[in-house]
Amino acid sequence: MLDTRAIRADFPILQRKENGRRLVYLDNAATSQKPQRVIDALVHYYGHHNANVHRGAYALAVEATDAYEAARTTVARFVNAWAREGVVFTRGTTESINLVAGSWGRTNVRRGDTVVVTAMDHHSNIVPWQILCQEKGATLRMVEITTDGRIDLADFGRALESKPKIVAFPYVSNSLGTVNPAAQLAKLAHAAGAVTVVDGAQSSPHLRVDVQALDCDFYALSGHKMLAPMGSGALIAKPALLDAMPPYHGGGEMIERVWDDHSSWNKIPHKFEGGTPNVEAAVGLAAAIGYLERLGMDKVAEHEQELARIAIERLSQVEGVTVYGPRDHRAGVVPFTYGEIHPHDLATILDKDGVCIRAGHHCTQPLMRRLGVAATARASFYIYNDVDDIDALVNAVRKAGELFGVLAS
Amino acid sequence: MSPPSPDLGELYQQVILDHNRNPRNFKRFDSANHKAEGNNPLCGDRIQLFVQLDGETISDIGFQMPQGSGCAISKASASLMTDAVKGKTTAAAESMFQAFRDMLAGGANAPGKLAAFSGVRAFPSRIKCANLAWHALHAALRNSAEPVTTETAKDF
Repeated sequence: MLDTRAIRADFPILQRKENGRRLVYLDNAATSQKPQRVIDALVHYYGHHNANVHRGAYALAVEATDAYEAARTTVARFVNAWAREGVVFTRGTTESINLVAGSWGRTNVRRGDTVVVTAMDHHSNIVPWQILCQEKGATLRMVEITTDGRIDLADFGRALESKPKIVAFPYVSNSLGTVNPAAQLAKLAHAAGAVTVVDGAQSSPHLRVDVQALDCDFYALSGHKMLAPMGSGALIAKPALLDAMPPYHGGGEMIERVWDDHSSWNKIPHKFEGGTPNVEAAVGLAAAIGYLERLGMDKVAEHEQELARIAIERLSQVEGVTVYGPRDHRAGVVPFTYGEIHPHDLATILDKDGVCIRAGHHCTQPLMRRLGVAATARASFYIYNDVDDIDALVNAVRKAGELFGVLAS
Repeated sequence: MSPPSPDLGELYQQVILDHNRNPRNFKRFDSANHKAEGNNPLCGDRIQLFVQLDGETISDIGFQMPQGSGCAISKASASLMTDAVKGKTTAAAESMFQAFRDMLAGGANAPGKLAAFSGVRAFPSRIKCANLAWHALHAALRNSAEPVTTETAKDF
């Protein structure tokens, strides 16, 4: 396990008290907290190096550009990208997926084609494809999940029979915590001739990611779930695909030359970075990656998996609690319900003990329908969480049971 | 300084817990001449409301929350709302809604058992839950075809 005492000391927000108690932050699948090192990186950037990038002839602008491009190199190394030119900075996973749908998808998907997603995808890996399919007259095929919360490989195989143009899936489910066999899925999809899009929002913060080993085509990540600022993120792609794609946003920076009636495009990745980029976010993301790499991503994964295992064990001992998702191959996401207590009430009651969890559909309504629930409560762990936090969670859950006089369903 | 900590007992008063466990008028009747649906997309709460209006009087009312989609606050609020407006005129019901809304916005307590929701004031994230059934009633009385959602209704 990680040295959580030392790690917690690095996070100013974890020093705050909630109703006189220590803050127990268990909503990390929604967003992570930020260490002082990341906060300092933002302040330092604005205090010392701020200028617009890629255009100034003066030293300060060169420094800002260097900081921005160094961040790109850091992200490329972190996920073992094909090339640093294959790292496009975006506002996060949602924008990354919309970029692929809006550029590669609009160019290559035609009437009668199929796009495949899974029933455990986040809305951000469903809705952009729905919009694309509606525009093109294409079919969106949703792959079913098994009862224990994995992608149904038999149904995945059936979906591939339609020779889809695009196959999109999450590496790690934000709602169930399932770690999907991404490399295997990508291989199957490629054999069927599809381009693969991996939603890496929940894998990048928690696992060692190697996109070349996964051999997907596009990989989307969000910085804010991995210690970095909100509005930071990236699309990692095979450079040849990016080269062949039309721009997504038109504007400054993404052009080579502009004539009265047409333009030519800058080289990748700048072709996809129209407008002044969020340099601060990129710098913060690089600082966050530095922090995670110092801990070691294998240790981070091991720590969270151990916490999830203990949380599942302890929650399952509470009569009336149902934990969702697979028993193994899962990350530090633990969704549960408790008898007839609505998750929204659970979240309010837990908040009184300073325990922050998410309650709701977690932006996965198709999944909730399949689970047969309107909502779940979800505890999700990160590097600063400890067994103490699980104790606080379980104690607060038991209190909720007493208040509601549970009522095991 | 953080504000003084609100008490869970103030939020989950006995009458609320009771109505959550045994909701009154928890029935659907498709013969109702006024119906509406209310959604809270943020937490997935959904309510279907059935209102029988005879002239200006609410002669019968029932609600359903599909698939266990109601939290204790929204379900108890729907239950107490239906009890409160049954047999009343539409004008009286609308004025109760106004009093309820005013209470949640920090005003005086609403009359009768509706005052049990005064504790919701200290939990801003739960005000939408308490208001959901009332907005659905408001829509049903106007026979609004569009489902009302907590994100589009005014004064939520």
